[in-house]
Amino acid sequence: MSEPTSDPLKDPMKVVMPYGDTTGDGMVQLSFTLPMPHSKIAEGSAQQLANKMGMDPALVVHAKPMGPDFTFFVVYGRVNHVVDPSVVQVVERDYPLLTPKEVNAAVKRSLRRRLTVVGACIGTDAHTVGIDAILNIKGFAGEKGLEYYRELKVVNLGAQVSVPQLVERARAEKADAVLVSQVVTQRDAHLLNTREMSAAFRESYPAGRRPLLIVGGPRFDETMADELGVDRVFGRGTTPGEVASFITHRLAGAKVAS
Amino acid sequence: MSPRPSRPTGKLDLDPATVKHARSLARKAGRPIVTMAKKHTTVAVERATLRLAGLGGADDEGTPWVNRLMDTVRADLHDVGGLEHGVSLPVWDALLRHEAEDLTTLAQKAAAGSVTFRLPEGKDAARARAASRRQVARGLKTVDRRRAERDRLIKRHGDAPRQPWIYLIVATGDIYEDIPQAQQAAREGADVIAVIRSTGQSLLDFVPEGATREGYAGTYATQENFRLMRAALDESSKELGRYVRLTNYASGLCMPEIAALAGLERLDMMLNDSMYGILFRDINPIRTFVDQRFSRQVHARAGIIINTGEDNYLTTADAIEAAHTVTTSQLLNEYFAKEAGLEDWQLGLGHAFEIDPAVPDSFRLELAHALLAREVFPNAPLKWMPPTRHMTGDVFKGNLLDGFFNLAGALTGQGILLVGMMTEAVVTPWISDRDIALQNVRYVMEAAGRLHEDFHPAPGGVIHQRARQVLGESIELLDRIVDEGLLEAIADGTFGLMKRPADAGRGLDGVAAKSSVYYNPATEILDAQEVL
Repeated sequence: MSEPTSDPLKDPMKVVMPYGDTTGDGMVQLSFTLPMPHSKIAEGSAQQLANKMGMDPALVVHAKPMGPDFTFFVVYGRVNHVVDPSVVQVVERDYPLLTPKEVNAAVKRSLRRRLTVVGACIGTDAHTVGIDAILNIKGFAGEKGLEYYRELKVVNLGAQVSVPQLVERARAEKADAVLVSQVVTQRDAHLLNTREMSAAFRESYPAGRRPLLIVGGPRFDETMADELGVDRVFGRGTTPGEVASFITHRLAGAKVAS
Repeated sequence: MSPRPSRPTGKLDLDPATVKHARSLARKAGRPIVTMAKKHTTVAVERATLRLAGLGGADDEGTPWVNRLMDTVRADLHDVGGLEHGVSLPVWDALLRHEAEDLTTLAQKAAAGSVTFRLPEGKDAARARAASRRQVARGLKTVDRRRAERDRLIKRHGDAPRQPWIYLIVATGDIYEDIPQAQQAAREGADVIAVIRSTGQSLLDFVPEGATREGYAGTYATQENFRLMRAALDESSKELGRYVRLTNYASGLCMPEIAALAGLERLDMMLNDSMYGILFRDINPIRTFVDQRFSRQVHARAGIIINTGEDNYLTTADAIEAAHTVTTSQLLNEYFAKEAGLEDWQLGLGHAFEIDPAVPDSFRLELAHALLAREVFPNAPLKWMPPTRHMTGDVFKGNLLDGFFNLAGALTGQGILLVGMMTEAVVTPWISDRDIALQNVRYVMEAAGRLHEDFHPAPGGVIHQRARQVLGESIELLDRIVDEGLLEAIADGTFGLMKRPADAGRGLDGVAAKSSVYYNPATEILDAQEVL
């Protein structure tokens, strides 16, 4: 967390700041609620909060009372923070993106059988939207789901599957990869469930023999794979093609004939 | 709901004979299920009967006394059939044998193993029947009184000022946090408050007890939580000069018990779908249909409006391709509801605004679907559900989409409008999300609330054609279901793409075919719609 020591605009290639309508203007918008009745003091408090967040000047453009005890604000203003993209850490895709045809060919060539993927929402999570988007033939974002891939055998266990059930089915199906979706994040349920899941797989498989473990959901941090004991974490907006490519890369050597 | 004033009708020029045909197919498909349901009972139906007889509370570990008593009776009668005779004969036989002075003591003794149950015969059986009937009738009389009380309060405070009723959700997990949020939502204009249940409650084979302060993505449905929230909304109704309705969920493995508790605590609406538990929770189909029928009978008696769950089909399947499954399910839900004694005004049949906004003409198609539901079920309130599937985290686009959803609701005369949140799929709604969402609803209703008077889709135009096509496809589907059998259709993945065979799924262990001496005073009174 280092403060910029020189004027960021002097080296515009190195750092970025928000763009409103002019390069380097740093303009952002922000909305929030304060638990106080609407008044001049409330508006002043909103402005001060924005100042403390690094917005200066901060313009309170909208203040609306919501009942007797709350006020909603919209603030526009300039931030004095800059970001150096060269030191930002993210999980970049480190595998080639394959078409379904290429996935099928790679699996056929290297496994000489179909690759089995078992998927589920574990714990009490009933939101199958994520796992269905990846697995159902219907797919997501214009890409067909894994069921569409001829060389992938998909077993979708659906919602509210317990960890022991998942391990049992994974064993019974001789799963090559296990896909778990977690949407509910209250009290960090998604993290707790994922850790429980990876621990259960570690216990019931000999080292190095367990299936590839992949977890996904809109609120996951993609850098947490090691900490959660899984092979990959996928965040918001992941498409079936990315998941299929990753599995192929890790399990079927993904040497793609061009 | 009082008879509605001039509703837009006949805008699609549907052939009444076609609609009638669709209804008769739904009846044909549903009738064997009703016959099957009448021949079975479940642990949840029996426990609901005990609850109506006044048995509440739980042991130190939180297991309700109705579960302890039911399980002991079932185990004691194992050699002569167990569940198949119902819980009433052995329980009231034990009371008549002075094993305990009341149901709670009997349940405690049963849990401690200090009482043994038997299946009474002859005169003993007749006496047990009469005694159980007296006690269960008292519970049903309370349900009747609660209904009259609702009518009285609506008269005193006034009803919701307009349609659609504005339906808002609270879901903090903590009933004491829910209460101020619900009261604030009512002040901001909500006519109906729904307390979302904790994720996973549908798969609990017991109803938790007492006021609860922890839940995942929702608050547990318990009798005490029902009572606390209803009392708080009674205060709000008084303050606001209009009766604010309360909604919860009669679904999952404890559907009949929750329906009974809703009747006893004067809840006003219950989510209650005939197939949701089967398809989306993998609950055994027989269990679901048996529980469903009992819970609907209770709702009918309690004057509760049910909300069905067709919107869920569109969250898993494509909203255009699967449009006809919604109509089909609405027709089936209507048949099952009416068979159980519910009237048109109690049928909040569900549907949703879930077409991909990137599809050309998506809004015209939404209007066609919504109008079709309106005209096939002219006297049902209809539950109109907002977009969820195509809400992406782009809250600005989401707010626009919700505006179009509200407009479609206004144009097609929907009775219950679940307010869409622009932060759907991002966070559980913040106080400001709700405020912005209500502002959206108010703007649309004030700007275009009566636009339906001028809205007449062109004969032969896109909306007419689409509505006819969906109705036609739903008739084809019903034809197939009648040929194949509804249970078989559910087994092979006709609805929501999920395959649910009748001999699998959760809760199957709690189902039994009734014996020749089976007796249940609640079903006897409910079946005959007896006035007590």
